[in-house]
Amino acid sequence: MNRRALSFIIPVMAVIIALVVASVIIILIGEGSFFERLGFLGRAYYELIRGAFGSSGAWINTFIRMTPLILTGLAVGFGFRAGVFNIGAEGQMAMGALAATVFAVNASFLPVFLAIPLSMLVGMLTGAVWAGIAGFLKAKTGAHEVITTIMLNWIAYNITNWAVTAPFSSGVGVPKSPEIATSTKLPALATAQANVLSVGLFVAISAALVIYVLLEKTSRGYEVKAVGFNPYSAEYGGISVSKNIILTMAISGALAGLAGTLESIGLYHRFYGTLSAGKGFDGISIALIGQNHPFGIIFASLLISGLRTGSNQMQFVGVPKHIVTIIQAVIIFLVAADRIVRTILRIRTSKGGSPV
Amino acid sequence: MMNFLVALGQSVTNPVFYKQMLSATTPLLFASLGGLFSEKTGVTNIALEGIMLIGAFMGVVGTYLTGNPWIGIILAVAAGVSFAWLHAWASIRFCANQIVSATALILLAQGLTGFLLEPIFGQPGSTDIFPKLEWGAFNPFDIFPKGSFLHEVFGFLSPFVLVAFLLVIASWFWIYKTQVGLRMRAVGENPEAADTLGVNVFRIRYFGVIMSGVFASLGGAYLSVGELGLFSENMTGGKGFIALAAMILGNWHPVKTMGACMLFGAAQALNEQLQSNPNLAIASTTKPLFNLLPFVITLVVVGGLVGRSRAPASVGVPFEKEG
Repeated sequence: MNRRALSFIIPVMAVIIALVVASVIIILIGEGSFFERLGFLGRAYYELIRGAFGSSGAWINTFIRMTPLILTGLAVGFGFRAGVFNIGAEGQMAMGALAATVFAVNASFLPVFLAIPLSMLVGMLTGAVWAGIAGFLKAKTGAHEVITTIMLNWIAYNITNWAVTAPFSSGVGVPKSPEIATSTKLPALATAQANVLSVGLFVAISAALVIYVLLEKTSRGYEVKAVGFNPYSAEYGGISVSKNIILTMAISGALAGLAGTLESIGLYHRFYGTLSAGKGFDGISIALIGQNHPFGIIFASLLISGLRTGSNQMQFVGVPKHIVTIIQAVIIFLVAADRIVRTILRIRTSKGGSPV
Repeated sequence: MMNFLVALGQSVTNPVFYKQMLSATTPLLFASLGGLFSEKTGVTNIALEGIMLIGAFMGVVGTYLTGNPWIGIILAVAAGVSFAWLHAWASIRFCANQIVSATALILLAQGLTGFLLEPIFGQPGSTDIFPKLEWGAFNPFDIFPKGSFLHEVFGFLSPFVLVAFLLVIASWFWIYKTQVGLRMRAVGENPEAADTLGVNVFRIRYFGVIMSGVFASLGGAYLSVGELGLFSENMTGGKGFIALAAMILGNWHPVKTMGACMLFGAAQALNEQLQSNPNLAIASTTKPLFNLLPFVITLVVVGGLVGRSRAPASVGVPFEKEG
């Protein structure tokens, strides 16, 4: 079986197995006879699908959720292509969103055609710097990026929470920032109740195109992939590994920062302490399902945003929405240990590593 | 500045500071010793965070179902071993990317504990308070006279704390003075050579990873049935990763790792002391800035020291028998 087919079959099988595992768990927490539990499972999945794709409002909510997920998926996936595991998209997203919001709140003097791009630029630069710290440490001292980005996540969590409770807070209740200037708000495409789908979705899809071109059509992308494929031979071939690691982390962080920025200027129009809410971690499973390919990542983010959106509806029949985290965990596990799937399918291939 | 120095002085002369330091050191110590057992055999285990979380949860589940915290601890260890076995199975048998599959296990622990909280305990977020594991009639620290400084420090600690420090000595003995320990180190440094000499690399690695599950789940159980008597969602809050940093700072040696854990524990205790010190009168809105300190210290330690400490040579590299 060739590589291209495998890179399609493994994530699809992983998703299917994960849904089977989730079904078993839902059956176990159900009540009554086996058939009553099966009915419960059916209702749960019915509500999940209805909540995600059952009406135009559901589709709008799914697309709203999909916007940041495309970008966090790209952030993680781009890192994987260069052999770094950016598990810190969560913190980069929060820091990017906070910085962009601070800018956007004070940007009322700027015309729209400057205010929006500059807000995005601020968010991306902040995300890039935040991730760049981890890239710099990995390149210079060999500190593993997983530990450093997790620490940066916690630091970002505390900084952003401090910001919206003390110097940059507004009103009472949920900690939040003041509202951003009107000139920085992204134009709306559609609304579902209070939720606005903005043109941010197109910004995210364009980012996927840019990353595709960068990876496949430029020499910079070739260097990044070479470092990810084999850092020793890349170095031997005259490619600076440490420069590429820092650059990869910065680009990855810029994508996550843009994800946070779009949440602020496109959806909430302010910064909330809970703005990132696991969307950075969702990027890991999205990148793995999409096999780190920008177009695969777009489809994977539709799948995960559908699951996330639908799971809110599923809660009403008594299935906690954490089931989506379990599904994602099983998917990530199976893609990382892709030989499990190959063994199940009895696919024999020449000695090849996992896709990441 | 003067106020700060006064507060600092008050903190370090207060027995509660030392008690808090030992309490904060304990979960890190369990988890980092666990990480050490796994990494000595050449398998990274960043899933410690998830194993701690599932251990903390099952500890409370067992206590809730039976009223006996000991049953809780047994369930916690069983869950920790299951998670560790999954990690071992993926990394050793299927040569998975160990970092990514371990991330999956952290997510699995977060998902499972969050998911089961409501069906079992009837409420999301956190559980009610259940009996903790306490010293019974016999508390070895009662040898210190009641009211003395030492009794204030040690007299009210959980039995877990003593166990954690005893495990340091046991781990040192196991790794450096027994035959299995020698084999663990050999497999971690050079699995091909160990294999040539007839050591079963796979079995030794399974052993190391599963021991990390035992230790890390005890660390998690300490947080729930040892310290607080309850479980709340994501209560491990990055401790599994701080434990990994302590292991690196301790250069993969049990006694030095203990020192590193105590350093992190002291930072945590000082943080708590300063936040509640009346002389500093810290506003509740400023507290997040204090809470980020342990993470900054970890970042600096990992970033600044990793080049000077040395991991077992084969860490993270799957072993495949030729032929």
